[in-house]
Amino acid sequence: MTSPGVDMQFETVIGLEVHAQLLTESKAFAPVSSRFGSAPNTNITPLCLGHPGTLPVPNENLIRYAVRLGLATDCKIARKSIFARKNYFYPDMPKGYQISQFETPICFDGHIDIELEDGSTKRIGLTRIHMEEDAGKSIHDQDPHNTLIDLNRAGTPLLEIVSEPDIRTPQEAYAYLTRIKQIVRYLGVCDGNMEEGSLRCDANVSIRPAGQKKLGTRTEIKNLNSFRNVERALTYEVERQKEILLSGGEVIQQTILWDAATMKTRQMRSKEEAHDYRYFPEPDIPPVIVTDEMLEEIRLEIPEMPEERRQRYMKEFQLPEFDASVLTDDRLLADFFEEVLQHGGKPKPASNLIITEVRRVLNEKSIGIEHFTVSPERLAGLLELREADKISSSAMQTILDKMLISDKNAETLAGELNLVQVSEAGFLEPIVEQVLQENHDEVQRYLSGKKGLIGFFIGQIMKKSQGKANPGMVRELVENKIGEYQK
Amino acid sequence: MHNSIRSTREQLDKGSVALTDLVSGYKSRIEEKNPEINAFTLLDKEQALQQAKSVQNKINDGTAGLLAGVVIGIKDVLCHEGRPATCASEMLANYEAVYSATVVDRLLAQDAVIIGRLNMDEFAMGSSNENSKYGPAKNPHNTGKVTGGSSGGSAAAVAAGMCDVALGTDTGGSIRQPASYCGVVGVKPSYGRVSRYGLIAYASSFDCIGPIARSVTDAATVLKVIAGQDNKDATSSPKPVPDYPELLNKPDTGFTVGVPAEYFGDGLDPVIKDRILVVAKRLEKQGARLVDVKLPHLSYAIATYYILATAEASSNLARFDGIRYGHRADIHYVRKQLREEEVAIKQQLKTAGGSGKSNANRNGSSDGDAASLQKQLDAIDSPMIRLYKQSRTEGFGTEVKRRIMLGTYVLSAGYYEAYYGKAQRIRRLIKEDFEKAFSQVDVIISPTAPTTAFDLGANLNDPLQMYLNDIYTISANLAGICGISIPAGTHPVDNMPIGVQLMADAFQEPALFNAAFLAEQAVADVNGDS
Repeated sequence: MTSPGVDMQFETVIGLEVHAQLLTESKAFAPVSSRFGSAPNTNITPLCLGHPGTLPVPNENLIRYAVRLGLATDCKIARKSIFARKNYFYPDMPKGYQISQFETPICFDGHIDIELEDGSTKRIGLTRIHMEEDAGKSIHDQDPHNTLIDLNRAGTPLLEIVSEPDIRTPQEAYAYLTRIKQIVRYLGVCDGNMEEGSLRCDANVSIRPAGQKKLGTRTEIKNLNSFRNVERALTYEVERQKEILLSGGEVIQQTILWDAATMKTRQMRSKEEAHDYRYFPEPDIPPVIVTDEMLEEIRLEIPEMPEERRQRYMKEFQLPEFDASVLTDDRLLADFFEEVLQHGGKPKPASNLIITEVRRVLNEKSIGIEHFTVSPERLAGLLELREADKISSSAMQTILDKMLISDKNAETLAGELNLVQVSEAGFLEPIVEQVLQENHDEVQRYLSGKKGLIGFFIGQIMKKSQGKANPGMVRELVENKIGEYQK
Repeated sequence: MHNSIRSTREQLDKGSVALTDLVSGYKSRIEEKNPEINAFTLLDKEQALQQAKSVQNKINDGTAGLLAGVVIGIKDVLCHEGRPATCASEMLANYEAVYSATVVDRLLAQDAVIIGRLNMDEFAMGSSNENSKYGPAKNPHNTGKVTGGSSGGSAAAVAAGMCDVALGTDTGGSIRQPASYCGVVGVKPSYGRVSRYGLIAYASSFDCIGPIARSVTDAATVLKVIAGQDNKDATSSPKPVPDYPELLNKPDTGFTVGVPAEYFGDGLDPVIKDRILVVAKRLEKQGARLVDVKLPHLSYAIATYYILATAEASSNLARFDGIRYGHRADIHYVRKQLREEEVAIKQQLKTAGGSGKSNANRNGSSDGDAASLQKQLDAIDSPMIRLYKQSRTEGFGTEVKRRIMLGTYVLSAGYYEAYYGKAQRIRRLIKEDFEKAFSQVDVIISPTAPTTAFDLGANLNDPLQMYLNDIYTISANLAGICGISIPAGTHPVDNMPIGVQLMADAFQEPALFNAAFLAEQAVADVNGDS
């Protein structure tokens, strides 16, 4: 029997460095928008361009978000921390240095708990969380002769989250990242979108003979742009290292890149990694002081976290554990659910609709709930129609699909689509009568014991009512009518 | 011509002079004198005259600001939107500021007229104004002598009457030392007193902007305008700004003056030493109390400064890479250079490898040669890296390169603790020396520089000798306190001005100006005493 991460002879040791791009309105050190999607080089100030004489002034939200994440991950918060300059030349680094933190990160010694496949929980230590600014973007593939530079991203605020080397398998790494994403989304500090680069990950990985205390030589994998790629790259790299060791070779400490196209890692040119960053305290920014008042204020900004919320859903809404887990997995989905309830939705039907139909739509369109076009209020309207038995459950799906491309509410669409169930006996009775008369033989067979024919009658009646009949009501009417014949 | 700010303003308010005439007068004077003095790098005459007209209207309306009537020159290290900001460097020869420094905005908001931009040592690195792409500014008292630096143009312009006031910057003495050499008043405010936004940084934790003027009162008036918190500079202080010139209406003669023995030791011209002590005695006669104070870490100040300031400079000047603005080397030249290097090494490689083992036997190192040549080949820069190197090689002058290299070295892996770390601790000790001294005294008196202005070219080949010029001024920058240099007559040997320095604790500018104002009066006809 092998324990996790130990594959016969080797134990894998992984540490992750995650960069989370913060959802602040403005950049880390300049009063200009840090939003995506603008035309290149439009969200810029002289500071973002590294013009001489400009000075960085820290965005207070950068500090608050860092502390928020630190508190939510049980970190210690440095009451006094300093920014540092990381010096290197690159064309998308306009100042020639990146403002970061070095010796004194704002948060340190924390941890998060991840859930393993067997349902058990594992604690992963956090070495530190520090604040820094992003670089711009170099674009190499749009102009045949030149590298183009977009500095919109230069100076956007990042938190770097550094784990202890506590991760033992690529699957644990995946679970860790999923958890980080969940936490930053819950805290509202980052949208967690790895494909768009708002979460980025570098991985340090080494292997050592099982039972050995000393860590093996590690490699650092960069360019990991999705959760799956992290898992794949680590799996590949662990195998590569094993092959080296098993064939009597030595792992060389180096930085390697993951190539998602070929699904392989490749070595960076040695010149690409030969940096002496010459860190020193950033003289343009005074030390960051976190006061008691600030700490208390920020503590209050921390929302209910996933586990708490899951427990509450089971208790307050009487939801099964599965429903509670799915809904609270993502803060925005849980928020959406609660808004539906505020607009009159009942917990279990609302949960059913969201977990099945709404998530089906989200998956089909590969979008998050924040881009779902039906508001909680309209969705509550749909649930209300069903609750009042005005539409069938199959009509609910049809109406929801229409609502996605229309502003109209559920009731209007149900009317327009002729999907309102008719429950008035006055409307249904003549139809029932007609169907029973037209199918005399079947009535006789029913009466002689073929009770299964009830479905046939209901089907005929539904057809004649063009689907508007309430099937429950129809069943009742048919049973009553045939009962009369019997007499 | 040389009125105080106050009396000029009285005349303007009375209508006995017109501001446009005053500005035209300065313009003519600059045109006449600048070819010799070389203080101005740009005379902004159109703008200045236009500004004069609009300020004159405000004077007529009675709505003019505090500095209406004051004609000011700006050191070429401070950004003024639409004007060149070259730092006297080839690197920024074609650079135009895209925004204005906070100090420039504040001067203009109080209706000062900005008449032009002033010469300096390249990137404010130097003590003689000889490190300038425009050539040295010359000392108006003797054009064979240096002005001091790095704010040499600022001091010379005021001394030659080419403007009323000039803004300079002081990182290790760059306002006070040239003020001393040129016989004018120069103020280095406390660190954080004046916003650095728009000051092209040399050493961020030292750089201070301050006025150079003909009198203590004029300097105090300008400092009052430019000082104060700025949300664009996180290191600017929120402390309120006292009304410095108003305080001088009722000077307090009963203050305490510290005399630090360390500032009167070896290397100081004995005439200057006596002169400073005469000024101290005269202050004592007026009612001040003289106290011996100790500043024992003075001897480490220059070394400490040249580690910390150059470390910051190496990082601050990294942005001058030729990518977005500033000097960029010719890429074709760079590519050609790289090709030639590659071809040359490949040629050697062919020779080394082609002759095979027999060759190796003959000289025993052919394989080694090939390996080392291959290494050289691999080490050839990428075009991008070479473009950086070539642009910076061409753009920066010798002294700037020297300081960038020094700063890069002291921050390098393995050396950081021995140099930067240790220097930071000594900076702390120097700060504590001053804290201790200022717990006993209001101000400290010393010479500003060990000599008077030296001959042009005298120290050019001896950077260490050049650095020693700042021995008495540099500590104030290390400690973040304020200092001022005021003229104390001339030297009997060379007839060049002597400067006396006063220093006060951080944000104690009122005490500094008070003492300087009284000293200014005390030095009248001081030449007779030595």
